[in-house]
Amino acid sequence: MRIALFITCFNDTMFPGTGRAVVTVLERLGHAVEFPQEQTCCGQMHFNTGYRPDTVPLVARFARTFADYDAVVTPSASCAGMIRENHPVLAQDHGPSELHRRVDDLVPRVYEFTEFLTDVLGTTDVGARFPHRVTYHPTCHSLRGLRLGDRPLRLLRTVQDIDLVGLPSADSCCGFGGTFAVKNAETSSAMLADKTQGVLDSGAEILCAADNSCLMHIGGGLSRQGSTVRTMHLAEILAAAEGAA
Amino acid sequence: MSNHGDRGVVWLGSPTFPEAARSALKNTQLRGNLKRATSTIRDKRLAVSAELDDWEALRESAAAIKRRTSRHLEHYLVQLEQSVTAAGGTVHWAADAAEANRIVTELVRATGEREVVKVKSMATQEIGLNEHLAEAGITAYETDLAELIVQLGADRPSHILVPAIHKNRTEIRDLFAAEMGNWGQSAPDGLGDEPAELAEAARRHLREKFLTTKVAVSGANFAVADTGTVVVVESEGNGRMCLTLPSTLITVMGIEKVVPTWSDLEVFLQLLPRSSTGERMNPYTSAWTGTHDGEGPQEFHLVLLDNGRTDTLADTVGRQALACIRCSACLNVCPVFERTGGHAYGSVYPGPIGAVLTPQLVGVENAASLPFASTLCGACYDACPVKINIPEVLAHLRAEAVEAKRAAKRLPTAEAVAMKAAATVLDSPQLLAAAQKAASVGGRVLARRGRIRRLPGPLHGWSDTRDTPAPPAESFRTWWRKNKEGEQGER
Amino acid sequence: MSSREAILGRIRAALVDVPADETPDDVPVPRAYRRSHVEPGQDPVALFAERVADYRATVTRTDQAGLTDAIAATLFGRGVRQLALPGAFPVALPASASWEWHTEPLDIPALDALDGSITLAAAGIAVTGTIVLDTGPGQGRRALTLVPDYHLCVVRAEQIADDVPDALARLDPTRPLTFISGPSATSDIELDRVEGVHGPRTLDVIIVDPNHPEKP
Repeated sequence: MRIALFITCFNDTMFPGTGRAVVTVLERLGHAVEFPQEQTCCGQMHFNTGYRPDTVPLVARFARTFADYDAVVTPSASCAGMIRENHPVLAQDHGPSELHRRVDDLVPRVYEFTEFLTDVLGTTDVGARFPHRVTYHPTCHSLRGLRLGDRPLRLLRTVQDIDLVGLPSADSCCGFGGTFAVKNAETSSAMLADKTQGVLDSGAEILCAADNSCLMHIGGGLSRQGSTVRTMHLAEILAAAEGAA
Repeated sequence: MSNHGDRGVVWLGSPTFPEAARSALKNTQLRGNLKRATSTIRDKRLAVSAELDDWEALRESAAAIKRRTSRHLEHYLVQLEQSVTAAGGTVHWAADAAEANRIVTELVRATGEREVVKVKSMATQEIGLNEHLAEAGITAYETDLAELIVQLGADRPSHILVPAIHKNRTEIRDLFAAEMGNWGQSAPDGLGDEPAELAEAARRHLREKFLTTKVAVSGANFAVADTGTVVVVESEGNGRMCLTLPSTLITVMGIEKVVPTWSDLEVFLQLLPRSSTGERMNPYTSAWTGTHDGEGPQEFHLVLLDNGRTDTLADTVGRQALACIRCSACLNVCPVFERTGGHAYGSVYPGPIGAVLTPQLVGVENAASLPFASTLCGACYDACPVKINIPEVLAHLRAEAVEAKRAAKRLPTAEAVAMKAAATVLDSPQLLAAAQKAASVGGRVLARRGRIRRLPGPLHGWSDTRDTPAPPAESFRTWWRKNKEGEQGER
Repeated sequence: MSSREAILGRIRAALVDVPADETPDDVPVPRAYRRSHVEPGQDPVALFAERVADYRATVTRTDQAGLTDAIAATLFGRGVRQLALPGAFPVALPASASWEWHTEPLDIPALDALDGSITLAAAGIAVTGTIVLDTGPGQGRRALTLVPDYHLCVVRAEQIADDVPDALARLDPTRPLTFISGPSATSDIELDRVEGVHGPRTLDVIIVDPNHPEKP
């Protein structure tokens, strides 16, 4: 199986550690990972902000870059959702029929990281050890977009020595929403305040999720409030082997 | 799209959503009221929908019935007209708000009456019927408790089902004590703020109006094409009063409210009460077919309203919004609505459904900020009993809003310029790598201890409440090139 | 052009994507939902009684022989004395000086002066705890069960449908129908339900069940 990592432009720039963690986990499970250098962005920001025509070259680039892989794995539920939900629509509405065909062919092979581990590799134990108190925020794209369900939690539960605690009002949105956090900054901040309160109430040292975008938002709020709670992509927890023999 | 000022729907002069939301968010009383009300109803809705293990099948069926209806709307409207006429009713067609108002006013005038009682109706709210009747010297009495609260307070509705959701019991008590006497029976002295006491005051206030008024105006939840049966779903009995006691009944309904057959209601009557008030069944549902000898109103008029619905129907993505059965489940689960309330949407249709319906009814250029009033979190789509994919329509309307702005201006907006530049960078791994290097250098200049506290320009709204991590020294692609590429080459 | 023609023309123009030869039946409507949510082995009459009671209405089960006594006991318990009655009410009423019966036709002021009404029903719905009136025999006009503040409704067990689909199939939509689920109520204050607004604030339901009390 040829596995490609789609790091996403945001993780590539801001959270390279997440990409390294995905590579660590997959290699630990005995799989080689490739990183096609021609990859860039799924187009989510442009699409969600209303700039559809600008998105089409990015859809075409994605289809071209990953065409030859058996599986494309990405540590971002929202980017996986963008590709699965919207690349076919964009290709159909704005692209040539050849692109439409290629996108339809590729999309079923694109997996969010926890989907790939549980559904394709059929594992929930990736051999991690992480002796910390952790809470998990199901991001909107994980929960209602991709319907990851309990996949992330099944993976986290097998991590050795982890103290997994519940997050109050876990299923409500953190208020990020991409450009929403800029265009409607005050409303976004009001949602964020409730989310950070939930994180503090959980008593966790670390908040994890399947999307670094939401984590940057919640983590940015926690940091501004002077909280010591840290945020980590769940891939980084699955990659951890703290103190393991 | 031309001038849609004659359609009502939006309140003229309303600020954009972000501006209106900003002031609403400062009202801590409002936020408290909304949070309590929406969390109460969410729990109830989840409990009663979970009782039905075929909830998803009911949603699928409802969506399909609505799809069938909208794809063959002409057929069903003509059939409805025939059925209602055959049963003794009269059908009128209104292309827009102005025409609907004119029709209703003339029908009331023809009875010689100067007062009408009203059952809560979104369609008449949309067309501004009460204001129009007032200009014609006709007083319309709202009889739904929440509509009464809005009317007494000269307020605006802020929720589809519970238009006074922005007010708590104490505020309602004060309003009743101050205003009821100006409209009819005063509130009793020493009125308390228990909901049961407030409901009792509303009963006494409206009793005489119900028993003596000769003309009623209603909306409709459903109208059945094959039988001509019109259905109103309600709780208080004010609907039954209006639909039963007056001699003339005028019902105003959007053309999308028609359903093909009587048996199709078996789906909607299971979904609607559970989704709206979180009950297995609402207290009262009235169904009538034309006029009935010696029973109820002897004159029945059905006004079929377009007012932008055919424009909505023309949009193959947006038309699904016409399936809405006005349950308001999407409002109650929406994290944005919960914080801002309904007034911020500047429309009689607030919340997620309003954000997709309003721009389509009045033209996206007249409500351009609404499609952006969402994080696309998807809670509305999950809650919708007729499976309207609200996030999909929002994203679709965002593209229309951007296009409308582009078409209206000779120079591109700053946002469009930035998006174009970003698209160019993001379509090139080389430019992206260069931008990453620049961001890394620039970010570290701005950062203190790895955190950026102030961001420039339009990003300040973000940085007012959030720190931003400084971009790392090395992007992932750089790390890969240094550490992994050789490794792969060896294989 | 009339507005009727204008609107229908706009609908046609809006639906250019719908193939000209497509008929309504060509649009599939899946019906995978249950016809009934009564569980196998569950007694729909008992479920009906439970669900009506959930709305804070009072429910009594009796057999035919006990009906008159059950009516008397229920009315006595409520303290209602002046009662509206549909014409030709086919149930033996308790003979007592405690009640005054006022038979239709009754105008609105006359109804308003009474304490309550007593009627039969056209159907019941077990899962939702609903009674349905269609102005048929023993039910009277709609105003009869609306204007007075108290309603006592007598439902026969065999009239109780399992669920909404079965109930709608039993009803004639060309008659004026009223679906009643508990006393009048509102959720308009803080989205919390309170009973008692414009319709009857008290609802009592008597179920006439030949199997009650349980026969050996």
